[in-house]
Amino acid sequence: MRTDDLVGLLSTGITPVRRSTAARRFGISLPIAAIGATALMATVFGVRPDLGAVVNTPIFWEKLALPLCLAIGALIATVRLARPGARIGAGWPVMTTPVLVVWVAAIMVVFTAAPEDRLPAILGHSWRSCPFNILLLAVPGFIATFWAVKGLAPTSLRLAGAASGLVASSIATVAYCFHCPEMSPAFWSIWYMAGMLLPAALGAVLGPKFLRW
Amino acid sequence: MYSAERRLKALFVAGLAGNASEYRSFLSELTRHLRGYLRKRIPQLHDDVEDLVQEILLAVHNARHTYRPDEPLTAWVHAIARYKLMDFFRTRARRESLHEPLDEHDDIFAEADDEPADARRDVGKLLGHLPDKQRLSILHVKLQGLSVAEAAQLTGLSESAVKVSIHRGLKALAAHVRRIA
Repeated sequence: MRTDDLVGLLSTGITPVRRSTAARRFGISLPIAAIGATALMATVFGVRPDLGAVVNTPIFWEKLALPLCLAIGALIATVRLARPGARIGAGWPVMTTPVLVVWVAAIMVVFTAAPEDRLPAILGHSWRSCPFNILLLAVPGFIATFWAVKGLAPTSLRLAGAASGLVASSIATVAYCFHCPEMSPAFWSIWYMAGMLLPAALGAVLGPKFLRW
Repeated sequence: MYSAERRLKALFVAGLAGNASEYRSFLSELTRHLRGYLRKRIPQLHDDVEDLVQEILLAVHNARHTYRPDEPLTAWVHAIARYKLMDFFRTRARRESLHEPLDEHDDIFAEADDEPADARRDVGKLLGHLPDKQRLSILHVKLQGLSVAEAAQLTGLSESAVKVSIHRGLKALAAHVRRIA
């Protein structure tokens, strides 16, 4: 087929384009990520028994704020990277601010603690399993976000994959907060971060293969 | 450059609203720009230029719902063209590393002639590989110029099924093109 004929084919019989494709796709993938992670958390790990008491403490909400802010930043970055030629842009400050805040808090906690309390504050009771638990909860969101992004023609596949992985893992971490008993910023600053970065790294590896179009 | 951006953008945005003739002008002018862009970048692969032009045209068409009128059209188109060019380089590198000859698809290109502006890969033939629903919807609406309603009557599909089949068919066509690239 000559290029002129292809131009004719493509332009003949076109209909107006719907504008809300991105909203529609993320409107499907985000609930899957949130509901999937919450359901997995409730069935595999279980909601923490003292949830009714801890929701009245500020520290619980501070803990929830870390993945929630990251999720918003990662979503901004992903929505942008899902389209041709876009950059992370406004996603950066929204993603980095909560990380800086939690690291400052973690350093303060560690420095003000008695020397023998420092390591327990960092390692908690669940440092070995925490990142992998988050990884498990991120699986439904990971698949759903990749699906949403692939349909929007991303051109930086590695970055788009990483941002998609971070959307899934930060939403998974929000859900995980309702199970996880760890209450020290020093713990979150390392193990929650590791749990969120693991799927992001996986996304960077898988992006070029599965987001290709 | 600035005036090209303005003119192309006006044509493209009219195309998004469903204006076929403006969209056709946009694609024709884009074709010329793409040829220039690619001939400069892969002068040693002259024979691949027209195939890549067609692949990028298909990609631009299939991704047109991702364009936002508040951004420069040049940047959006360039990102797609560059992405497809990089993809072409990667595919080529992989194929060469497997020691497969570059002209392995000779049979598919059998009809190509010596005219430099001819594509080696025949998109028209690739249409034949699509499932009937998609192939017939594209044939009636996009090649014979029938309306969606007429195509629906001919194929026995609903009008929205015809539209969806065209959309999916062109996406599948782009995927075929990519595999053969």
